[in-house]
Amino acid sequence: MARLSPENEVLAGQIIARYPRSRSALIPLLHVAQQQDGWVTDEAMAHIGELLGLTPAEVLGTCSFYEMFRREPVGTYLVNVCTNISCQLLGGEELLEHVEQRLGVKAGATTADGMFTVEDVECIAACTEAPCLQVNYRYFHRITHQGFDALVDDLRAGRRSDEIPPHGTTTRLRQTIPAGRWAGVGAVGLAPEVG
Amino acid sequence: MSEQTEVKTTVSITIDGRTVEAQPGELLIAAAERAGTYIPRFCYHPRMEPVGMCRMCIVEVDTGRGPALQPSCMIPVAEGMTVATESPVTKKAQDGVLEFLLINHPLDCPVCDKGGECPLQDQTLAFGPGESRFVEEKRHYAKPIPLSDLVYMDRERCILCDRCTRFSKEVAGDPLITFINRGNATEVNTFPDDPFASYFSGNTVQICPVGALLARPYRFKARPWDLDQVESTCTACAVGCRMAVQSSSNTLVRHLGIDVDPVNWGWLCDKGRFDFEAVNAEERLRAPLVRKGDELVETSWSEALTAVAEGLGAARDRHGASSLAVLGGARLANEDAYVWSKLARTVLGTDNVDAQLGDGLPAAAVLGLPRATIDAACAAGTVILLGPDIKEELPVLYLRLRDAVVHKGLRLVELSPTETSLSRLAAASLRHRPGEVAQLMGALLSGGRGAGPEVAEAASLLGDGPVVCVLGRASLAESPDSAVAAAATLLEARPGSTFLSALRRGNVHGALDMGLAPGILPGRVTLADGRDWFTSAWGSLPEAEGLDATGTLTAAAAGEIRGLVLLGADPLSDFPDRDLARRGLAAAGFVVAVDAFLTDSSRLADVVLPAAIFGERDGTTTNLEGRISRLNQKVTAPGSARVDWMIAVELASRMGADLGVESLEEIWDEIERCAPSHAGLTSDRLRTAEALDGLLPAATLDVETEGPPPTMSQVDEPGSNAAASQGMDHLPGNVQTEESALGSGTGSGPGPEGAGGADSMAAAFGAQGDTADYGEGTTPAEGGGEAEAIARTADAATEGTTVGEPSGGGTEGAAEERRAPRTIRFARPGGPGGPPRLDSYSLRLVASRRLYDAGTFVAHSPSLAPLAVGAPLRVNPADLERLGLTSGSRIRLSSSRTTLVLVAEADLGVPRGTAALVFNQPGRGAADLIDATTAVTDVRLETLAEASPVGSRSSRREASGG
Repeated sequence: MARLSPENEVLAGQIIARYPRSRSALIPLLHVAQQQDGWVTDEAMAHIGELLGLTPAEVLGTCSFYEMFRREPVGTYLVNVCTNISCQLLGGEELLEHVEQRLGVKAGATTADGMFTVEDVECIAACTEAPCLQVNYRYFHRITHQGFDALVDDLRAGRRSDEIPPHGTTTRLRQTIPAGRWAGVGAVGLAPEVG
Repeated sequence: MSEQTEVKTTVSITIDGRTVEAQPGELLIAAAERAGTYIPRFCYHPRMEPVGMCRMCIVEVDTGRGPALQPSCMIPVAEGMTVATESPVTKKAQDGVLEFLLINHPLDCPVCDKGGECPLQDQTLAFGPGESRFVEEKRHYAKPIPLSDLVYMDRERCILCDRCTRFSKEVAGDPLITFINRGNATEVNTFPDDPFASYFSGNTVQICPVGALLARPYRFKARPWDLDQVESTCTACAVGCRMAVQSSSNTLVRHLGIDVDPVNWGWLCDKGRFDFEAVNAEERLRAPLVRKGDELVETSWSEALTAVAEGLGAARDRHGASSLAVLGGARLANEDAYVWSKLARTVLGTDNVDAQLGDGLPAAAVLGLPRATIDAACAAGTVILLGPDIKEELPVLYLRLRDAVVHKGLRLVELSPTETSLSRLAAASLRHRPGEVAQLMGALLSGGRGAGPEVAEAASLLGDGPVVCVLGRASLAESPDSAVAAAATLLEARPGSTFLSALRRGNVHGALDMGLAPGILPGRVTLADGRDWFTSAWGSLPEAEGLDATGTLTAAAAGEIRGLVLLGADPLSDFPDRDLARRGLAAAGFVVAVDAFLTDSSRLADVVLPAAIFGERDGTTTNLEGRISRLNQKVTAPGSARVDWMIAVELASRMGADLGVESLEEIWDEIERCAPSHAGLTSDRLRTAEALDGLLPAATLDVETEGPPPTMSQVDEPGSNAAASQGMDHLPGNVQTEESALGSGTGSGPGPEGAGGADSMAAAFGAQGDTADYGEGTTPAEGGGEAEAIARTADAATEGTTVGEPSGGGTEGAAEERRAPRTIRFARPGGPGGPPRLDSYSLRLVASRRLYDAGTFVAHSPSLAPLAVGAPLRVNPADLERLGLTSGSRIRLSSSRTTLVLVAEADLGVPRGTAALVFNQPGRGAADLIDATTAVTDVRLETLAEASPVGSRSSRREASGG
């Protein structure tokens, strides 16, 4: 839990080499750090600063601008429950209450086993499918209390780990582009393939 | 410059119905200000890139497509542009911006340091809405949090103008503070546990337009309307930054940088900014002390001076004048240095005087080499750096050079024994073994053939013509001979090359100018050349050339110095070789210390005379360019402490002589008459407004026949706002920020009215010239004018034409005219060849300085003293490995002098075969190891006796045996 691992440092070197200015690699490297630990540690930020010739403060400045870079530990699964207007009208608040009871933590907290972090969020742009929530930014539409319980059971049992990788795992759109049609850098495997 | 200005066409714009001529490319906000229209602003700062962050400077601008609100700090002027700064639309926008900026501002002005001199407060009154519609709860943060040991941050007050963060990145190059988070939660902060430890952090406090950034040494110390201020020159190092010295209740409380174009651009380093604490220190000497047995006891001036006169007189009478010596003087003002120089030569009769303590360069080199200015170095294209780490020793010169490198394309070629703060900015950074810089310079100038690809590449950067060289002493563990030889090599290979001295001590250049060096008389003439002239002026001169500091201490150790005056000198701390200093002081017979504090050395003295120091006295000081600027008194000296020249005059009188001077004015007049390099620098000229930026003596200008080169800002914006911003930046304007020009003062501090500031300042100094003269005197066109004005004296001084009789006061003045002696010209000194061979077990020592050390002013400034934290021995990792040591382990370090136990750390910036220590940190250190009589200092590294010493030694042999 700290600096980038030796493998990730190699990966960082490859990413930095893609850009004419090394500073451009800052956000990709923060993703690497978040993928490694599930959140961006201070040590990782300092390490990234060393790799890019930036002060840790400069790395923090960029990192903290983006809310989806987490600078506190989060659970393996980040559960974002929408309580904005459409969801609220269709039971969003009750859903949040149920989530809190089911997981035993209040919004903003992480379960003791480090599996789940619950958050109360504003509109996540799925109003037609209210009430909805996200787990690691994957949508679950028109979710019922029972549906959520089943989801939790599945996640705890590891039955959906291929569909929902741990928080911080980077995936890329190019994985949906047929091989051979993509014109990016070839050899660098940025993320574990998601099936 | 003047031709350049003429060919440029100006741009006509209309501001509030008035047609104004602006420079092409000039920002609207600057053009308007120069034309007398102040547009309110927070984020805009003339010395930094504009960002358009605060929106306060939005005005209605019409460039032909109809009026629209635009930030005037972000748009350059354009022909035909029409600007309305007071239209209803502009007013409404200003109201809105201020209402918005105040939404989260706590309005805790009554308890805020900035209250009374706050641009937010002032501009809210002048341009704001008067009332806020915001009734909700304001954002709250913990009240001030420390960003560093010196700077506190009150995030509630911050308006996110980006000045401090821009400064730290753009100007200082230490981006340790930054915007963190986003939107309403945005704050300026550091990385956790990575404090804002920049040598320049205090500047952010000065340029903060609200009370968000606070200086710990000033916090809650005074209110702006209680402050009294004078403009003076910082003497913490030799850069000579202009600053406002502010006091409250006769106590110094704050220094603020003043923007002078040729020197500091408004910036200060934290040492210069906060070392006023030492002036106020309880430990200051308040009364003379005389030795009674083992103790120094307080006494009267009368008794003390009589003791000194008798002690020195007895030594002189019994052992001859050459048994007397005067060490030190870099703390003194020019006038003091002159009078002490005269006292030593005429009353004491000795030439054993040295303002440097074996830690600089020979005076003949400093004074004799053709000089460059800071501006000339920054505009040079390529500069050779040969000397210390500029950031550690001359911080604001580092800012200037860094600015030229980063923003103006200056290329640095660095020759140094270890990596320095400028290495990563240098186009080429070459390492040499201690004591071998001359060889490297030779290789570099011969194109680098056979010296490796790096040297060849660096050589290709140099071009064929003359270059500017920043010349100083890279290491106190080697003699300066190699650096001087390197300078000679450069001058021979590239005639016309110029040198910027990198000696660090406050007024060391002034002291050398005034003859506080063996064989050198006031006005940069040698004892031989000036013998007739000064014999006529002063009556008598010593026969033989005297000893420098090393020679004096060596002679003292041999019992040949019977009377020693320490003029603010502390050889036990500052002389590179502590053992020699100790033996010298112990055997020196009668020792007098003229000092502000009891130091290690002055504790050993027979008589200690308390001196008035910076802030407590008037006078002039000379910076590393040779630029002479004024020191002004702000507070009274503690107890009966006296100004150094008065001590000299009194002492002379006790010894039966009359030095013939009774005031600073008289002294300066005598300097102007007698010191050939200073001819023409009359005290009248020193009082003109032109002199506020400092005056270069003719002998300095002589090497720059074209006059001072254009400064960078002038290159960028010919005939630009430099004059306007300067006019305002001199006292008594609000020296803090340019917002001070705000016409509608809020009853805040000393009320500035634009150029009126210069006017009243000039008046304060009894200036003869009018303000207009002053304001224009700083434009580039007039830059050459200054050179021309004293060209006459330059000729006189350097070519030996008549400049009148040098009549020293008190000596009979002959009516006949005499030729002034020529000023000293550098000649390659004969000397030993390269340093001895390094044996394979040893490392060659480098002793360099840090900004914060155990020096007197830092040690007596409570805010700065904790920043001198010592430093480990730094060694190349390969050497550590060869010796079987790990980084961070304790080791035994031995030289011919002694053995120290230290921590050794691996550092790739230190080449193999070299060991680097920081000089003058608390405790034992480099000075204990160095033998000042040898060319270099070799040291051996051994593991501490945890393992058996025999074993470790044999393993080391094995490791290096192959």
